[in-house]
Amino acid sequence: MTVQLLNGLQLAMLLFLLSVGLSIVLGLMNFINLAHGTLYMLGAYLGLTSASITGSFWLALLIAPLGTALAGMALYQFLLRRLGGGSPMRQILLTFGVIYVGIEIIRIVWGNDSHSIDPPALLSAQMVVLGEPYPAYRLFIIVLGLVTMAVLFLVLERTRIGAMVRASVDDREGATCLGINTQRLFLSVFGLGCLLAGLAGVVAAPVLSVYPGMDIAVLIYTLIIVVIGGPGSLPGAALGSLLVGMADTFGRVFIPEFSAFLIYVVMAAFLLLRPQGFVAIR
Amino acid sequence: MIRYILPFWLGFLLVPLGAASGAEPIKIGALLTFSGVYAQIGEEMANAMDLAFDEVGNTVEGRAIKVIRADTEAKPNVALQKAKELVGSEKVDFLVGPVSSGESVALRDFVAESKIPMIAPNALATELTREKCTPYIIPVAFTTEQFTRPLAQWLRAHGTSTVYTLAPDYVGPHQLIESFTHWFTAAGGKVVGGEFTPFQKTNDFAPYLARVKSAKPDALYVFYAGGEAINFIKQAAAFRIMDSVKLVGPGWIVSPLVLPAEGDAAVGFRGVLNYAPTIDTPENKSFQQKYREKYKRGASEFGAQAYDAAKFIIAGLKATHGKTDDRAALVKAIRASRIVGPRGPISIDAASANVVQNMYIIEVVKTAEGPTLKVADTISQAKDEPTVCKLQY
Repeated sequence: MTVQLLNGLQLAMLLFLLSVGLSIVLGLMNFINLAHGTLYMLGAYLGLTSASITGSFWLALLIAPLGTALAGMALYQFLLRRLGGGSPMRQILLTFGVIYVGIEIIRIVWGNDSHSIDPPALLSAQMVVLGEPYPAYRLFIIVLGLVTMAVLFLVLERTRIGAMVRASVDDREGATCLGINTQRLFLSVFGLGCLLAGLAGVVAAPVLSVYPGMDIAVLIYTLIIVVIGGPGSLPGAALGSLLVGMADTFGRVFIPEFSAFLIYVVMAAFLLLRPQGFVAIR
Repeated sequence: MIRYILPFWLGFLLVPLGAASGAEPIKIGALLTFSGVYAQIGEEMANAMDLAFDEVGNTVEGRAIKVIRADTEAKPNVALQKAKELVGSEKVDFLVGPVSSGESVALRDFVAESKIPMIAPNALATELTREKCTPYIIPVAFTTEQFTRPLAQWLRAHGTSTVYTLAPDYVGPHQLIESFTHWFTAAGGKVVGGEFTPFQKTNDFAPYLARVKSAKPDALYVFYAGGEAINFIKQAAAFRIMDSVKLVGPGWIVSPLVLPAEGDAAVGFRGVLNYAPTIDTPENKSFQQKYREKYKRGASEFGAQAYDAAKFIIAGLKATHGKTDDRAALVKAIRASRIVGPRGPISIDAASANVVQNMYIIEVVKTAEGPTLKVADTISQAKDEPTVCKLQY
């Protein structure tokens, strides 16, 4: 049971890294970026390449998120920004197209094969948690997720930049009137979201395999978490990830025949009973 | 005006003459998966087919061979749609596919009704070679029983009493587990539990691995292929499953296609496979060498199966002297052919309506070049029992 709890927590942390970026971007810029999963996949592949070139997982952990952030910001600056304020339909269609273009580019550059990264030697051991053995690398994912959560919370709640982000999420026009450069803020926040997506990609790579199309598998979960947690909210993304991670893991353990659609049932329940999400921002 | 119309009409007369004097190319639809978790498998199969046709100069009995690729995404409905396109618009003479047994169920009726020869280079749902057999679906890869009986008997002979099973949730693996359970129980063993994981939707097997550990079986009989195999083996190693439980199953989970990505995590796995790159015959050595030259990597059993599928097509065409209009004769010729491919001697047995081939008990061992499949035992010309299939042409 301890092991299953840890499994659920680990999945929750991975999903949190992915969904917090998407949630804040949606809440801040009212922008639905379906290509968020593509950035996750790009992070995994950049991690794969940097790990094989440098031979070091830790360097890959540094390079991949930065590379993904740069790619994401370029994507935003030259393509997605032109849709700001347009109808959601155009945003969905465009970013949906980016998904397929992204998969093909990945296929052209890296090929169709499934790959994997080896976890670093430091984290390849088995730890014992509450009497049960558990892989050290998965504990690392949990710790990394919690640390990221804490750092993001501190930045959002205790710094001026965080206050600017929160203000812009609450009331964009009002924030602009106060002199906040919302355009630059959007770009930075978008970049941060991409950084976290890339981090999730490279962190997940040693556990899950890296293959073209891996983004679609996680995209659904990420969108569900944003719906459940409430767009634009950090605690919402955290609670949503926890709920989805645990529901999925324990669903597979206790009701395996129905586990495939358990998550959708949870989402449907939220849409019916609490459509603004866990933490309503607006 | 008539001066211009006459040559115009003459032109139309000449066109059919031109077509009749040259030989029509033979079109082959490669109905495989080029995306998703089985993408590597489809890619290798298409490559191996190209290799086989290259060896005969891409011509058989004076007719050029043209291979048209179509991606089924391992989805039955997409497979059927692409098959209809290949047969209807592209007018292919043969289909080679599918990769996954789920697709074969969707294709069966269409193939039987359109009388298009489909050479199956991989899994087929078992009913397609039994109650629902049709002469137009020709199995050249393997039978479910070839992958379960030898291993079940071998496990019992080597002291395994209890087994837990894991496999993805679609028709082929269900039939595989059913067959294994039947043979293992018949040999005196007991299957203490099992799970089917959502296919193409399971990235993390941790919840299932934890259940295996709490069931404490002697061995874990597991089937995964492609991307899911890599995930599973790596995660099983991270959870140190092999410390307390033997990891066994059909050899696809450690296929040479995915073994490099799995690395040392796969060492210790024991299974059964219809092919190993280390098979010491001139045909296999030549196949591996040519594949490596052309595609910069070694081939796995999937490539060998597809290569043999192409060779069956070539053999059938030679027997009908290149004629493809009499489909029944063509199919009979293919089914009567015997070839010696990288896997060894392959033929199609009339009584069991299925393929006859050597099977190999393999073990993954650690070597200086990385993990490799070592052949521990050979079962010569394994074939299924006679079946209810009555082929109606």
